[in-house]
Amino acid sequence: FSICSRTVEPLEYYRRFLKENCRPDGRELGEFRTTTVNIGKCLCSITTADGSALVKLGNTTVICGVKAELAAPAVDSASKGYIVPNVELPSLCAERFRSGPPGEEAQAASQFIADVIENSQMIVKEDLCIASGKLAWVLYCDIICLDYDGNLLDASVFALLAALKNVQLPLVTINEETGLSEVNLKQKNPLIIRKHPVATSFAIFDDTLLIVDPTAEEEDLATGTVTIVTDEEGRLCSVHKPGGSPLTGAKLQDCITRAITRHKEVKKLIDKVIKSVTPK
Amino acid sequence: GVMERSREQLLRQTCEAVVLGVLHPRTAITLVLQVLSDAGSLLSCCLNAACMALLDAGLPLAALFCGVTCALQPDGTILLDPTARQEQEARATLTFAIGSSGRKVLMATTKGSCSVDEMQQCLAAAQRAADTIFQFYRDSVRRRYSKS
Repeated sequence: FSICSRTVEPLEYYRRFLKENCRPDGRELGEFRTTTVNIGKCLCSITTADGSALVKLGNTTVICGVKAELAAPAVDSASKGYIVPNVELPSLCAERFRSGPPGEEAQAASQFIADVIENSQMIVKEDLCIASGKLAWVLYCDIICLDYDGNLLDASVFALLAALKNVQLPLVTINEETGLSEVNLKQKNPLIIRKHPVATSFAIFDDTLLIVDPTAEEEDLATGTVTIVTDEEGRLCSVHKPGGSPLTGAKLQDCITRAITRHKEVKKLIDKVIKSVTPK
Repeated sequence: GVMERSREQLLRQTCEAVVLGVLHPRTAITLVLQVLSDAGSLLSCCLNAACMALLDAGLPLAALFCGVTCALQPDGTILLDPTARQEQEARATLTFAIGSSGRKVLMATTKGSCSVDEMQQCLAAAQRAADTIFQFYRDSVRRRYSKS
């Protein structure tokens, strides 16, 4: 038996474990890392945001803050508000990210989150309109990674969902005499979240093996990634496979099945946390 | 913008999966795509252009790939290679990059939501359409080299 070092031959080291259907951190191929979520001003500690959530997927830590502001709707969509997601990968989360303008990974992640919001219709933009053509809500969703250990997309989608569920929007009326908006901070309503999308990411190893929830090390050794986003009705909101090893339709179906199971686990967790945060 | 970065990531990782980079160490391969006009199915057009350019450059490839866009219309019918108008009216638009060996999925991206069965149907339709596109590649390459 030859000595195989994790630093010298990482791929061989990993293959040894994958042959026994497990991974170095003790997980099985289809097992997720411990997921924890903290919502709201008390636990999440962003006091200035209208809604916030902190999600930990193993070591990967992602915080999402939602700020609601008022703006005039666009001319061609007078009864629609805006949702503006932004994913940041600051240099403190991992060595590979340098400070400066957002890199490709951050921009691609921002586009992915925007697509998930749009595809799943979790928030219907018409619900954000206060007065057609005059006033609408803009939701700035800032997703910041505090610690990058792989599987950024799953954690980001989860953090976004949790933060949006936490948002309380004040009641806004337009004074007919002056034409100005009046914000009533004492009367707050929660956002109407229609769908609950949950992302499940897989890494493809050696063109054949699929492992769920990859760590940063596994992502580097993988030959491809797949992310499936499902909603509570089992509908596919997104199939995101940015290149990488080819997959058959059957393998893709396996991923979707696992994603649907994961959705149930995450929904249960989020419902439990929301219930514990809601004031009685 | 972010949309272009996202598309670049999709195209780059698809090409990286097929180009045999080990045969060209310390080499940078730059693929520049300029959109002259967009009348729908842009991403699959980019994929086809990228593959044919890689072929024309003579780079060693593990397999060919082609891009196919499927639009799911509100009544449930599948439309391949939709126009811009059809894409807008569709319930969901799915774009696949299909490889030439075994018609496997190299890249997948979706817009809008659909059921799992609908996705599988679109994938099957895309895999069938890939045959036509690969035949087009063969004919184009044959024409190119028969002239000179």
